Amino acid sequence: MKKKQVNNHTQAHEPVFQVVKRDDLIWYKSWGVRLIAIVIALIICAFVIVLLTGYDPIKVYSSMLNGTFGSTRKIWNTLQKLAMLLCVSLAVTPAFKMKFWNIGAEGQALIGGLASAALMIYLGDMLPNAALLPIMAVASIVAGMIWGLIPAIFKAKFNTNETLFTLMMNYVATQLVSFCIVFWENPKNSNNVGIINQSTMSGWFPTILGQKYMMNVIIVAILTVAMYVYLKYSKHGYEISVVGESQNTARYIGINVKKVILRTMALSGALCGVAGLLLVSGTNHTINTSTVGGMGFTAIMVSWLAKFNPFIMVLASFLIVFLERGAGEIATAFQLNGSVSDILTGIILFFIIGSEFFVRYKIHFRANIKEGVK
Amino acid sequence: MKKLLALLCAAGMLLSVAACGNNEEGTTNEDGTQETASSDIKVGFIFLHDENSTYDKNFIDAATAATEALGLTSEQVMFKTNIPESEECYNAAAELAEAGCDLVFADSFGHEDFIIQAAKEFSDVTFCHATGTKAHTEGLSNYYNAFASIYEGRYLAGVAAGLKLNEMLANGEITEPKMGYVGAFPYAEVKSGLTSFFLGARSVCPEVTMDVKYTNSWFDIAAEKETANALIAGGCVLISQHADSEGAPKACEEAGVPNVAYNLDTRSWGPNTALVSSKINWEPYFEHIIKATMDGTPITQDFCGGLKDDVVQILGLNEAVAAEGTQEKLDEVKAKLISGEIKVFDTSTFTVNGQQLTEYMADVDTDPEFTPDTQVVSDGYFHESEMRSAPYFDLDIDGITTK
Repeated sequence: MKKKQVNNHTQAHEPVFQVVKRDDLIWYKSWGVRLIAIVIALIICAFVIVLLTGYDPIKVYSSMLNGTFGSTRKIWNTLQKLAMLLCVSLAVTPAFKMKFWNIGAEGQALIGGLASAALMIYLGDMLPNAALLPIMAVASIVAGMIWGLIPAIFKAKFNTNETLFTLMMNYVATQLVSFCIVFWENPKNSNNVGIINQSTMSGWFPTILGQKYMMNVIIVAILTVAMYVYLKYSKHGYEISVVGESQNTARYIGINVKKVILRTMALSGALCGVAGLLLVSGTNHTINTSTVGGMGFTAIMVSWLAKFNPFIMVLASFLIVFLERGAGEIATAFQLNGSVSDILTGIILFFIIGSEFFVRYKIHFRANIKEGVK
Repeated sequence: MKKLLALLCAAGMLLSVAACGNNEEGTTNEDGTQETASSDIKVGFIFLHDENSTYDKNFIDAATAATEALGLTSEQVMFKTNIPESEECYNAAAELAEAGCDLVFADSFGHEDFIIQAAKEFSDVTFCHATGTKAHTEGLSNYYNAFASIYEGRYLAGVAAGLKLNEMLANGEITEPKMGYVGAFPYAEVKSGLTSFFLGARSVCPEVTMDVKYTNSWFDIAAEKETANALIAGGCVLISQHADSEGAPKACEEAGVPNVAYNLDTRSWGPNTALVSSKINWEPYFEHIIKATMDGTPITQDFCGGLKDDVVQILGLNEAVAAEGTQEKLDEVKAKLISGEIKVFDTSTFTVNGQQLTEYMADVDTDPEFTPDTQVVSDGYFHESEMRSAPYFDLDIDGITTK
């Protein structure tokens, strides 16, 4: 931990303020900073709401809560969206912790979903669900894994830029889905697959306790705990953090960096494949090029916001989903368009991300520094 | 005796309460219409995007106008915007139904299966869906489709285009009257539109030909602009397009080529090139379904409005671009289309592979194998949008070349 503090206060031109890295804050102080940031963000949003729309901000906020928790159905829909975003966030986390910029979660999840959809269409009439679902799960995981491994192999062997490579793989996945839709669309040339096996429900996740999203939620909950254990307590997790901090250090202490890169990206891609399975078999029961809907990118923000801690990712995903669902609700309740919601979401995220700066750094103003000298 | 008295009292109180209720609601209308029911009806709309998309703006404007015209308050109308064609559409429909909506409408083709799913679950709510194909085969009593015979509007726009080509030929500006068409997907709706546009143009300019290029996207401004430019470079002297974005109109304005648009008046994008536009006006349909829900009267299972009921409209005729006498000619052809004197898909006006069409089995009932199931050619014309509202004309006629 390098300290950026400058001590040559004898100079005539002192800066007005200096940014100093903090030692780790105690948890309640750091969460206090974050809470203050959210409160300030909400106050500023309230002003924006009044100035732009003239509505009562309290009513707008309560409508956002209503959109997220207003009924049993809304709570389940929120949980489902939370589970999906969390699943993709968990998937990108090992890669980012290793400082491997996997911008390709979107495509890895989409290709996993494509594998599920293909099996639902071609094997739906032949196999019972008990046989079909495991096959779909394996296919999705393998498909996502392959999509994640291709850029990793090039990174490990030729040191290619993984950011560009994974990004480009997204477009390939999108085009592959477009191509497959040509065979599955109905009616002809409509570019629409429709609900797959709507009457037989073949290849659909079963309902548990009458809840169709329960299985998604359970799977993601298990993955969350497993990812926490994996990163924190396993040898693999330790190797990932060492490679992430410094590849040279990793090499020095005898870690096979290439192997770690390949293994970690295989894991990251495989989990994206699971997300694709949950999206197609557990949720939408159809496939199109926007099935993943940008979650592969939002997940990166969730992962970084939570500093790669899976449990904090639950909170971060919830925040994003809450803003999204709340935004949808205020658009409906007040007939505002998406732009107002986007402005509010932007302000809130700005403050939350900004608060991380104050958690990590403190600012010394000139007077303070002089005082310190005395 | 006491009981009877009590009953009478109770009845009297009920009546007075009911009378009060009636008084409150009856103040606005004394003609005795059923409008009083509007106080308890609730309507939900599901849109693919918000009003930043011209496709959805066309629906949103119509929904706003229709609900205002019928006196619904903002508490009685719920808009859900930016609803993708996925499970989210079902969730949105279910949330609207649970919020007390008596009528739910969705505007995008890919919403259909999810609306059907919701319609099966909420049997006491009415579900209407634009551009869908399954209402007549699904057998649900609370699910309805709607479209418009927009081919009539495209035909009229084609007439304006043909007159413009004639003028350009007469002026010596061009020697070969070749039009270009920016399609979305080679889907029946698109083919029906571009064929009727072409037939309209050929009805006044017999030598016209047309090149078609598909963008393989329903909405892609950049691709539409590029495709329009490619068509212009290929010698097309007039462009039209399926989509309603600014892509093709702007490319035309830059190249100085006349453009025929869809769903909106594009004169602001192309003051020197925008010729005319055809549009589907959804307001009459929304008024129909809302009124029917209020009054408990039946909704048309497969609604298909046209020129005659003002669902299909011609707008934005640009006097600065159009050939002389265009308005008069359009009025004349419009009257003939309404009276039935002119049929857009008159089989004597086109050939397929050199042959005149005497019969054609179309895939009207949607199934995975695209089985041709319905005879649609009789009495000398192709019966478009009569067997179901969504178009099913998917033939490649001579004179149109797909590039």
